[in-house]
This record gives sequence, structure tokens and C-alpha cells, in this order.
Amino acid sequence: MKIFVCVKQVPDTETKITPKGDGTFIETNSIKWIMNPYDEFAVEQALLVKAANAGSTVTVVRVGGVKDTEALRTALAMGADDSILVEAEDNLDSYMTAKALKGAIEKSGNAPDLVLAGKQAIDDDCSQVPQLLAQMMNLPSVSVVVGFEQNGDTLTLKREVEGGAIEVYEVNKPCVVACNKGINTPRYASLPGIMKAKRKPLEKFSLADVGVTQEDQRIKYSEFKLPEEKPPGKKFDALEEDNQASIVKEVVGLLRTEAKVI
Amino acid sequence: MLNFELSQEQLEIHNEAIKFSKNEVAPKASEFDEKAEMPFDIFKKAWELGFYNTCIPEEFGGSGLTTLDSVLISEAFAYGCMGMNTSIMANDLALLPIVIGGSDEQKKKYLTPFTEEFKVASFCLTEPESGSDAASIKTTLKENGDHFILNGNKMWITNAGFADLYVVYATIDPQLGHSGITACVVEKGAEGIEIGAAEKKMGHRCSDTRALTFNNVKVAKGDIIGGVGQGWKLAMKTLDHSRPLVASSAVGGAQAAFDHALQYANERKQFGKPLAKHQAIQFMLADMGIKVENARNLVHKAAWLLDQGKKNTKIASYAKAYSADICMEVSTDAVQIYGGYGYSKEYPVEKIMRDAKLIQIYEGTSQIQKLVIARELNSTI
Repeated sequence: MKIFVCVKQVPDTETKITPKGDGTFIETNSIKWIMNPYDEFAVEQALLVKAANAGSTVTVVRVGGVKDTEALRTALAMGADDSILVEAEDNLDSYMTAKALKGAIEKSGNAPDLVLAGKQAIDDDCSQVPQLLAQMMNLPSVSVVVGFEQNGDTLTLKREVEGGAIEVYEVNKPCVVACNKGINTPRYASLPGIMKAKRKPLEKFSLADVGVTQEDQRIKYSEFKLPEEKPPGKKFDALEEDNQASIVKEVVGLLRTEAKVI
Repeated sequence: MLNFELSQEQLEIHNEAIKFSKNEVAPKASEFDEKAEMPFDIFKKAWELGFYNTCIPEEFGGSGLTTLDSVLISEAFAYGCMGMNTSIMANDLALLPIVIGGSDEQKKKYLTPFTEEFKVASFCLTEPESGSDAASIKTTLKENGDHFILNGNKMWITNAGFADLYVVYATIDPQLGHSGITACVVEKGAEGIEIGAAEKKMGHRCSDTRALTFNNVKVAKGDIIGGVGQGWKLAMKTLDHSRPLVASSAVGGAQAAFDHALQYANERKQFGKPLAKHQAIQFMLADMGIKVENARNLVHKAAWLLDQGKKNTKIASYAKAYSADICMEVSTDAVQIYGGYGYSKEYPVEKIMRDAKLIQIYEGTSQIQKLVIARELNSTI
């Protein structure tokens, strides 16, 4: 089986995010990058499928900046066989990203039997790329997958829906599966894995190589800024019985005129 | 070409070790401290990932890590629990004499099995009446036909209750002083080994510590490491390698205490603002930061010198003495910043403070490090 895993590199969850002075993006200089945590489930699932299907290979594909390639190296250290990087800005919109991923998979020369991804990235939370990619590749797709069983060419996928209910799908491969927490427990990269990773192939393409142009842009970011800090709440001391009546009056008045909730 | 940046591979090793430490080690640190039990499930998991026995060379099945790589791992594990890291490091301490002084045959026989399955080792030097004055050991190794006979008592031996292999220092004749000291390998189950009760300790409680007695234990001539009378030199060379490792453990503990204190100082409010906005606390935090950074730089230099094939005795002792002392200071200050909560076992800093104390004592007390440093300094005049 030819298995492709789409991974995104995102700021570490412990990183403090600051917008750039001109508001065009976030400051990326001081960021510690990690593989998107949902993509770790996708990499682990790919490695499990590989182990169950002799002769399979796992290729990880990423679209993004080149300063740091943490996400691809982590995937290779975990056990993926090779990797493709499409060099681009770190803030491409979902459409361009999906189109670049499709182009990169085609460029690899291998027809995919299975494409895995995380259900969403934890930085922009768009949750769009796997579905867009499946549409562009004309493949079936299932997202928010928490259960994965393979029986020959058929996959039985459990999908989590609102209220904790589970939908069960039977899908024929090739298909695109977007993974959610709970599908597996991602392994740690072992030391020998880390040592081996640096000798594994990394193929690089430009956006032009994979057929993406500026005209593919669907979303233009107008500004990046932090949410405004909430003003501190007001405190009313109504412990003494004498002033309770007047405080109730005051609070109701403020709820009406200031907060405008009643 | 001074460069403070770690290589890509070293960064990855560190990231993976710290991820393991935060996810697997730290959440269990308090539980195993309380129970005073060895966390074998965690140890085996760490072994499977290759974080164990980092001193074993590639040709004998090891990962072929540099000393700098190994101190990065050691710091990361100590960040989660200094006690667990003590037990892990004790394997390296015991195997290092074989790495440094063993024949290829001995390395294959004793090191390679540690890369094939999870095993535990003990380094046996200290005795009830011989601590800092290590050359005064009384355990004897007497030639007896085609083998030697080992007799004596060892004290404060890490991993002793579970060890598959003991590296024991003894003397062929106490009158000979340094030049009588000889290292040998004794395997688990050898007739005449008596294992003492587990010591009840203040810190590092999850690491097993016991007394050992050797009663007429037979040692084959092929199990002497580095030759008869070569044990003292071997022990000193071993310590050059192990001191950066122990020092990095102190850095990991200090960093953990510092991170907890910094977080808490920004959350806890007194007099209407966070502790971290009070200058008295700011000065404490600044001093803690300086100390941790300094200690880490010394440790990395001590490891780097060794990797360059240069003598590191003085810098390794700088690193060991300084890191152990600042780990004690920083963890004490962390408890101070937490106040009453810091003194409670509900919060993680009191354990780090208890653990810190041992690093000033084992593998050469802070005072012994200073004797070593002074000897090195004076030898240049």
C-alpha cells in the first residue's frame, strides 16, 4: 500500500503568540514548532496500517515554511519512510494548501491507496484541508475518525458526531481519512529512529512545481491581533442586610442600562 | 567557531526525551516517591526507546551517543524526576568502567546483553567506613588458584536489590593504597552475595538503595576489568564521564523547580498583584534563572570537552559542584516562593528540594569536588 500522511507544522501549545507589528501574521522568529497534534494520530495510524500490510510505504507531505522542518523530521523519526516538502509561506489558506498537497502527491509518482490527515490544525482550526483534498482528488473522505479497521480493500471507520454518538462508515480505498484523538496512541520517536531519520529522503517542491498560483488564493487575511482583554468584573458587597435592597436595585439597573441583558 | 546551538539531531533527542519525561515520568514522580518503589514500567518503556545505557558504544549494540547527547537525555529525565534518573544513571555508572577499561571480549559479554533486553546494573565502591576517602576501601580480592575470592561490605549501592550485574571495587592488599584497588564484575545470583534491606531515604525514594555483603564470592580471572591494581585509575576516569551526567541531573531538577516557581509566581496574587510583580520575588526569580543557565553551560562544556577527547576533570568538577549546589538553592527558593503550599506534598517543589540534597552528596560531595578542583588548579603552577 502507498500511504500518504498530510502534516502541518504549528506553534507549540505552550508558545505565547504575538501578532506582527504590521498585523500581517504572527511573529514566527521565537516560535517553537511542533507537528500538529492531530497529525500525530494520522502518522501513527499510517504506521499501524503499514505494519499490517507487508510492503507498504508511508510518505509524509507538508506545505509550509522551510526554516524549521520539525513536523517532517518527527514523522520520519516515528517511522515514516520518506517525505515531501512544498515550500511556501506558513499562512496559506486551506484551498491553496489542499491543492498543493494534491500536486505533491501526484508529483511523487505513486497513486495513493490511503491518505491520512489530522481532523484539523490547532493553530487556525479551519478543519477544511482533508475534505478539500478529497474533493480535488475525487476520493471519498471521512473526518473526525476515532475508530479504524481494515478488511482488505474496505475500511470500517467510526466517526464521532455531536453529543458523543458514533457513526460507522464502510469506505473503499483509496480514500482520505481525517483522524481525531482516540483513534490510537501516537508512539514516541525512539533514539535509533531519530538517528535513522536524517538519512531518509526529503523531496522539495515549490508551489509552482505543484501547480499552485496566487490565483488559487480564496481567503485573504486582513489582520492578526490578540483578543481584547476583558475588563475586570464589578463586585457588590451585599453582606449587610441594610444595603441589600439598594444593591439589588443598582445591579438590576446596570444589567438593564450597561450590560443590556435584561 | 563558538556556537551555543545544539545540532538538529541533538535538539530532536532533547525534545523527545523531554516529551517522554513530561508525559510519562513527571505524572508518576510523586506516586513512586511516596511508595518508595522502582517504576519498572516506566524504565522498560524508556529502555525500549533507547534512552537507557547511553554510554554503550555502537559496535557493542549501543546507540553511539556522544557525552553531550547523554547529558541532554539525563537533564530531560531529571526534569521529570531526579529519583528515577538516579536509577537510570546508575546503569551507566556501572557499565562505564567496562566501556573504558574492559577488553572487547568483556564488552561483548557484559555490555551487549544490556542492549538486547532491559537489565539493571550497580556500581559498588562506597563502604560503611569508606565514603569520600574511597581509596580506604576494605573489601578484598584474594587470588585463589585460577580465580579470586571477594570479601567485604558495600554501602549505599543504587539498584542493588534488582541488579543483574555488579561492578565491584576491592583491594588486593589494603597496605597498597591506591595501587591495590581492582575492579571486577560479579553477576546476579553468584554464591555469597547478601543483599541488605532497602534504605529509607529523604529523597530519590523511588531509586533502590541497599547495603551489599560479599562472602567468599568467586570471581573468575577473566572478570577483572582493566587489570589488577588498575581500579583506582579506572574509577577516576569513570567519574570524569559520570560527573557531567550527574551534574545534568541537577540542572534538570533545578530547571523543573524554576519553571514551577515562575508559573506559580505569575498566578498567585498577594497585595493585589501577582507575586511576580513584587520586586522581592523578581530578584529571586532572576537569580534562579542565572544559576540554572550557568550550570547548564558548565555541564555542556564538561561533556563537550570529553567528546573532543580533551581532559575535563576540572570543568567536570566545576559542573558537578556548581550544579548540585544551585539545584539545592533554586529548589529551596522555589519552596519559598510557593510559601505554605510549597511545603505541602500536594505541590511538586518540596520533592525537588528533598531530591536536590543527595546530588550534593553522591558521586563526590561538593567538598570533594572542590578538593579535585584545587588539585587541578595547583598542578598548573
